[in-house]
Amino acid sequence: MKNLLTSSIAMFVILLGFTSCNNGNKSGSKSGALASNIAEKVYVAPGEYDSHYAFLSGGYSGNVTVYGLPSGRMFKEIPVFSQFPTSGYGYSEETKPMLNTSYGFIPWGDAHHPDISQSKGELDGRWLFINENNTPRIARLSLTTFETEEIIEVPNSAGNHSSSFVTENTEYVVAGTRFSVPIPQRDMPIKDYKGNFQGALSFISVAPETGNMDIKFQVLMPGFNYDLSHPGRGKSHGWFFFTTYNTEEANTLLEVNASQNDKDFIAAINWKKIEEYVNNGGGTMMPANYAHNVYDEHTHTATSTMKKEVRVVNPIEVPGAVYFIPTPKSPHGCDVDPSGEYIVGNGKLSANLTVHSFTKMLDAIENKKFAGEAYGIPILNFEDVLAGVVEQPGLGPLHTEFDGKGNAYTTFFISSEVVKWKLGTWEVVDRKPTYYSVGHLTIPGGNSGKPQGKYMFAMNKITKDRYLPTGPEMEHSAQLYDISGDKMELLLDFPTHGEPHYAAAMEAGIIKAQSQKIYKLADNKHPYAAKSDADTKVVRDGKNVHIYLTTIRSHFSPDNIEGIKVGDKVYFHVTNLEQDFDVPHGFAVIGQNNSELLVMPGQTKTSVWEPKQVGVWPFYCTDFCSALHQEMQGYVRVSAANSDTPIKWSLGEDIE
Amino acid sequence: MKKASIIMIIGSLLLLGLFKFPLWNIMLGAPQYPDPLGMNIYIDGIKGVSEFDLQNIDGLNHYIGMKTIPKADEMWEFSMFPKVIFGMAMLGVIIGLLGYFGKVSYKYFLGWFLFMSVLGILGMYDFNNWLVDYGGNLDPHAIIKVTNPDGTPMSYKPPLIGFKKLLNFDVTSLPHTGGYLMFVGMSLTLVAFWLGRKTSLNKKT
Ligand SMILES: [Cu+2]
Repeated sequence: MKNLLTSSIAMFVILLGFTSCNNGNKSGSKSGALASNIAEKVYVAPGEYDSHYAFLSGGYSGNVTVYGLPSGRMFKEIPVFSQFPTSGYGYSEETKPMLNTSYGFIPWGDAHHPDISQSKGELDGRWLFINENNTPRIARLSLTTFETEEIIEVPNSAGNHSSSFVTENTEYVVAGTRFSVPIPQRDMPIKDYKGNFQGALSFISVAPETGNMDIKFQVLMPGFNYDLSHPGRGKSHGWFFFTTYNTEEANTLLEVNASQNDKDFIAAINWKKIEEYVNNGGGTMMPANYAHNVYDEHTHTATSTMKKEVRVVNPIEVPGAVYFIPTPKSPHGCDVDPSGEYIVGNGKLSANLTVHSFTKMLDAIENKKFAGEAYGIPILNFEDVLAGVVEQPGLGPLHTEFDGKGNAYTTFFISSEVVKWKLGTWEVVDRKPTYYSVGHLTIPGGNSGKPQGKYMFAMNKITKDRYLPTGPEMEHSAQLYDISGDKMELLLDFPTHGEPHYAAAMEAGIIKAQSQKIYKLADNKHPYAAKSDADTKVVRDGKNVHIYLTTIRSHFSPDNIEGIKVGDKVYFHVTNLEQDFDVPHGFAVIGQNNSELLVMPGQTKTSVWEPKQVGVWPFYCTDFCSALHQEMQGYVRVSAANSDTPIKWSLGEDIE
Repeated sequence: MKKASIIMIIGSLLLLGLFKFPLWNIMLGAPQYPDPLGMNIYIDGIKGVSEFDLQNIDGLNHYIGMKTIPKADEMWEFSMFPKVIFGMAMLGVIIGLLGYFGKVSYKYFLGWFLFMSVLGILGMYDFNNWLVDYGGNLDPHAIIKVTNPDGTPMSYKPPLIGFKKLLNFDVTSLPHTGGYLMFVGMSLTLVAFWLGRKTSLNKKT
C-alpha cells in the first residue's frame, strides 16, 4: 500500500512537471497562431465549402458530430446510440426499435471509434461505422442520408472497445471486447477470473451492396483486455491486429496489477484463414441473445430482431491463424501504416515506441521461431518481429496516424503533444504541444491505404484556458494542424461535443455529391403515411386512435380533431408533404411525454400522446418553416373517457 | 431550286424538335434557392426543370395568391399547339417536295414563313396573356398582398423574354432548345426562299 502511495505521488509530480512545461511553451506558439496567414488557412468565406468532412465520435453523448475542415464548423449531430429529442430519434415509434438490445431499451451509448467504408483500400464514402462501448454494439450510418441505418448488438462481449475498424474492402467490421468475461455468462467468483474468462473478437460481415451487417464469427481468445485494433492492408490484407493489456489476467486494482508484465501482446489474427475454416463448417454455433436493428428508408421504420445464436471459433482449432507479438508495455493504440508493413504498438507505459514488421512476422512464423505459447497460441520473439524503435519520443504514447508520405504522427497523453517521426529511420522530425491531454488524432483517410495527408487534428480531453470558461465543465477541444510542410503548423482550436475519442475524415467530394436532399414522397411506404390531404383521417381502434396528419407550409391537415378521450393512446402519424431541400416540419402537442418530432420532406414519423385531462389542446410546428410558421397549429379536443363525442376531423371548415 | 427545296424541307422538319425539347424556359433564383427553381414550357405542357420544381413554385406562389401552374389538360393550348406545329411541319415538307419537283414556285416558301410567323406571333400573344393572368389575377384572400408605390396591387407576371426582378426572385425567361430549333428552322425557310429566288433570277437573266 505504501508503495502504491509513493508511486502515485511520483506520477503526480511528473504530471505537474509536464503541465508547467506546457504553459511555458504556450505563449510562444500563440503569437504564431495569430499570424494572419494562419487565419486565412482556415477561413472559409461565406457561401464557400469546406474541403473535408470530419466525423467525430461523441463518446458518452452516444452520437456522431459532423464537422467541416479546415473551418472547424459543426454541421450536424447524428444520433446513433442515444435518444435525441431534437429529431425524435429513439422517441418516435419508428426509431425506438433502433435502441433495442438484449437488455431491453437502452436510451444511451458510449460511441468511440468511427470508420468510413473502403473499397480497394480507399475511402468510398458510403457508410460510417461506429462502436458502442458499454452495451456492445456496432452501428452503420448512411453517408447519403446521414442517418443511422443499422445497429447490431455483440454478444459475449463487454466494453466493445477495439472496434469498429473495417478491412480494406469493407469485408468485415470488427468488434473486439475490452473486458474479458465468462463465456457464456454465469454466476462465478470474480477471483477465479484467470483461466476462466475469455475475450471475444467479433468479425461482422458487411454485405457489399446494402451494407447489412451479420456476425460471421467470434474468436474466443484468452482472458486479456483487447484494447484497440487495426486491419492489415496491402501486403498484410487478411490480417487484423489487436493490442492487449492485462495479460496478467488480474481481476482487481488493474492500474497496478495489470502493469506488472514488461510486455503485453499484439494479437495477430489471420481472418482469411478463419473465414475459410468457417466457410467449411468450422466453429460451433453457440446459444446467444442479441438484437439486430435495421432501419428501412422506404417505410421510414426500424425493426428489431432478436438473434438466438452466434458462431464461435476456438483459435487453437485453426492452426496458423492466431499469434501473439510481445509489445511493451500495456500497449493502447494499434496502428498499421498505409503499406501494411508496419504495425505500431503504442505502449502507454513505455518510454519507447515499438514498431513491428509484418514481413518479419511472416518469416518468424514460417521458421516456427516461437518464444512459447499462451493458452495454446504461439508467442513470437519480440526481437524477431521488431522493425524498429522510436527512442524516447515522449510520454504515454496512445495513437498513431500516417500521412502517406512516409511519416507517422503519434499522440502522447502524458506529455500532451503530437510527435512526427519517420517510418524506417525511426527518427523524430517534429513535435508540437497540444492543449491538453491529447487522446486520438486523425488524418483524413488515416485508416486506409491512401491517407489524404494535408490536415491532422488532435482531440484533446481537457480544454482549460483555451476558450471562454463555461463553468466547471468545458467541451473538449480539437486542434487542427497543417501537415503539408516539413513542420506541423497549428491552425485552429475548435470545441467538440461529448467526448470525441476517434474521428474519421475524408475529402468532401464523394460525400457531398451523393448527399440526399429529400425523401421522395412517392417512395414512402410507411403503413400510416398520408401522401396527400385526401389521405388524412382519424381512425379509432379500441383505445388506440391513429391520426394520419400531413404538413406543408404552413398548415397541418387536419387542424381540428375531435372525439379523442381521456385514456386513449393517440398516434400522431405525421407525413411531411414537402419535396424541397431542407424543409422539415416539426410536431409537438401539449403534454407529450416523449419528444417532439422533426419530419423530413417526404418522411412519416409517429409520436404517441396519452391525454390525461379533458380540454382542447393545441399542437404546433416546432421548426420555423415559413413566413406563416407561427400559424402552423391545430387543436385536439379531448373528452371524458365515458363521453360519446364522435371522431371528427377537418381543415378549413367550421365544425357545426 | 432543288437545293432551296431541300433546305425548305430541313427547315420545316426542325419544328419537330418541339416535340422533344422545351420551347421556353423560366428560371426563378433567389438567395434561399441557390439551385434556382425552373419550369420548361413544352408545346404539350409545363414541366419542372428539376423533379419537384413545379410543386415548390406553387408552394411559394400560394402566399401571394397565384394560381397553380396549369396541368396539360387545363389549357386548350397544350392540345392545340402540337397539332399546329405538326401540321405546319408537314405543310412545309409538302411545299418543299412540290418545289423540288418544280410543281410550286419559291414564293410558297415565303408564304409558309409568313403564315408561320403570324401563328408564332399569335402564340406569343397568347403566351403573354397567360403570363399576365397568371401573374396578375390573384386570389383576393391571398396571405400576402404587396402593392406598387401608387397603391395598385403588384403583378407577378414573369417577363415574356429577358430578365425581371420579382420581389426577391431573379426571373429569367428565354427560349429553350425546341424554340431555338424552331427559329433556326424558320430562318432556313427564309434562306430557301432567298436561294430559290436567286436561282430563278439567274435563270431569267
Ligand atoms: Cu412547419
